[in-house]
Amino acid sequence: MRAMAAQGSPGGRRRRPALVAIDGAGDASAREVTGPATADDREPDGTDAAGAEAGAAAGTVDAERLSDVDEWGRSQHMRDLLAVLYEPIYERWLRVEWEGFEKLPRTGGALLVANHAGAIPLDAPSIMHGIERDLGRPVYGLGDEMFKRIPLVNVGWSRLGGVQAHPDNAYRLLREQGHLVVVFPEGARGPGKHWSERYKLRRFGRGGFVQIAMRAGVPIIPLAVIGSEETMPIVAKLPTLARLLGLPYVPITANMLLGPVAALVPFPAKMRIRVLDPIHLDVPPDQPRYSRSKIMDTSEAIRNAIQEELYDMLRRRRSVIFG
Amino acid sequence: MGKRVLVTGLGSFWGGRLAQAIEKRPDVDVVVGLDTREPTVELERTEYVRTDESYSLLSRIVRATQVDTIVHAFLVVDSTQMTGRQMHEVNVIGTMNLFAAASQPESKVRNVVVKSSTLVYGSHHADPVWFTESSRRSALPRHVVERTLMEVEGYVRDYAADNPHVSVSLLRFSNVLGEEIDTPITRLLRRPFVPCIFGYDPRLQFVHETDVVRAMLFVLEHDLDGTFNVAGDGLLPWSEVIALCGKRPWPLPPVGRGLAGAVLGRLGVDLPPELIDLLTYGRGVDNRKLKAEGFEYRYTSAGAVRMFAESARLRSTVGDEPRYRYERDVENFFRHSPAVVRD
Repeated sequence: MRAMAAQGSPGGRRRRPALVAIDGAGDASAREVTGPATADDREPDGTDAAGAEAGAAAGTVDAERLSDVDEWGRSQHMRDLLAVLYEPIYERWLRVEWEGFEKLPRTGGALLVANHAGAIPLDAPSIMHGIERDLGRPVYGLGDEMFKRIPLVNVGWSRLGGVQAHPDNAYRLLREQGHLVVVFPEGARGPGKHWSERYKLRRFGRGGFVQIAMRAGVPIIPLAVIGSEETMPIVAKLPTLARLLGLPYVPITANMLLGPVAALVPFPAKMRIRVLDPIHLDVPPDQPRYSRSKIMDTSEAIRNAIQEELYDMLRRRRSVIFG
Repeated sequence: MGKRVLVTGLGSFWGGRLAQAIEKRPDVDVVVGLDTREPTVELERTEYVRTDESYSLLSRIVRATQVDTIVHAFLVVDSTQMTGRQMHEVNVIGTMNLFAAASQPESKVRNVVVKSSTLVYGSHHADPVWFTESSRRSALPRHVVERTLMEVEGYVRDYAADNPHVSVSLLRFSNVLGEEIDTPITRLLRRPFVPCIFGYDPRLQFVHETDVVRAMLFVLEHDLDGTFNVAGDGLLPWSEVIALCGKRPWPLPPVGRGLAGAVLGRLGVDLPPELIDLLTYGRGVDNRKLKAEGFEYRYTSAGAVRMFAESARLRSTVGDEPRYRYERDVENFFRHSPAVVRD
């Protein structure tokens, strides 16, 4: 056990692979290095169920999981189920088209930053579905803590890859596990804006997403999405009701005017997602703090880049429905 | 010269288990155990001293026994056992007296291990998935047990700062499962229908009871300094924990869940408010700091749940094992009578 301590410390905390729930009993024997130390350790708990675990006495006792829910609450099984349901919407209804898809990395962490729009913003599921289907990599979506508060919503949201937008969560996902993470820095201000303000980007938070990418040492990949604004345009808002319910906005959408069933059906606007060039931030990772001005400048530059790209895509768009 | 160890909370589950393990070590000369209650496990050579609940006797004992190691295992983390006022008395005032005794000028104390709980992180919707030892709570503590534990940790930090020659380690344990331990969670999981909050499926982390004892012995042996989370690898959804135990969920309304908990408490189903928070938002703690020191967990979270489920099945078939009862005269006979042959 002492030998372990000696060899464990220089390896550092960061190098260790992520703590995944499954801790294969197979490699357990390999990790158990010192024989006598284990016997020594077993001494204190002589009364325990050592007999019951005789087979795994040398290693870690694990159990076969009944679900595939990972530490973030995501379940591949649930994602696959949603993929079946969402595929027709993605392919037939919104007819999502990507430009520059090849700029998305096949390995390693990257922070995807996109604009966010529509009363029920379909840009998020489309981005996640498209990448998971065509790149075969999981995508985690950072979201407001609001999702974690609402019953039922919080379960569905996290099973489908939603993660609370906490800097520690983002760091672990990006730096330690090398996942793709998508974030919408406009937050609820993007989907909650009036129809008359469509495609005008809101403030990009306080630049937290830039700081996250700097700390994690991963590139930022901006995405510009058109079409989701028109799937569910907001024609009016009910701020008093929103306050009462504790929601960021309660919209009256154009879809609602067509009847109760149509209210939940998005308009079939053609969705285009353009991948911009990855931005590599030339700062060392793992710093406790980064220059505020640099964060804000980068954040503003990314916002402007997405805004310019949106205008360019809208200039080329001949029809909302046919693209 | 061997170690002289003082174990507080000898009558508690952990105190008894730790004393059993410590007295087996050849490098330990003396083990003294303090508690208000009699020990519930059989002990070879540990000396039991009865105290009042705030441990006012401590400074005399520390002086008289010249202990060099204190294992502080009496902190109450199960709020169903006593009222808030009692908990304050035991946790906060007891710890205060302990550290007052340990910081006397003639004190020989060089090593202190404190058993705390991950309850100090709370459970809130704004929490990160994994808390590290340096993470701060997302919200102010709302429950008495959390408040008392945070005050206790304040005393521990003060003592460590004032006594740099003493290695002070503070262990924060996540929810413990095992064959013998009795906590609000194990009581829930022994029922045929296990309460959960409708519309929430939080991810929880568990540590097996033997890993708790092993972790405390590990930090004692290695003189570790600082705060460490102790919890098995991996997080499990509460629904999966219930299924692994072969039980059925019993959903409580998400609105007014505190009230539902209070009503259930009246009916004999203990659901303290901090547990309701946990069953709503869950909690995960990063256990890599202790691992980096060389500690190896014997059980993952899922493994701990499996072991618990197996033992619960056995227990439901053959019933409880007879418990040890402390008899002062018998213990004194074995320890001190000239008739007993010792080597």
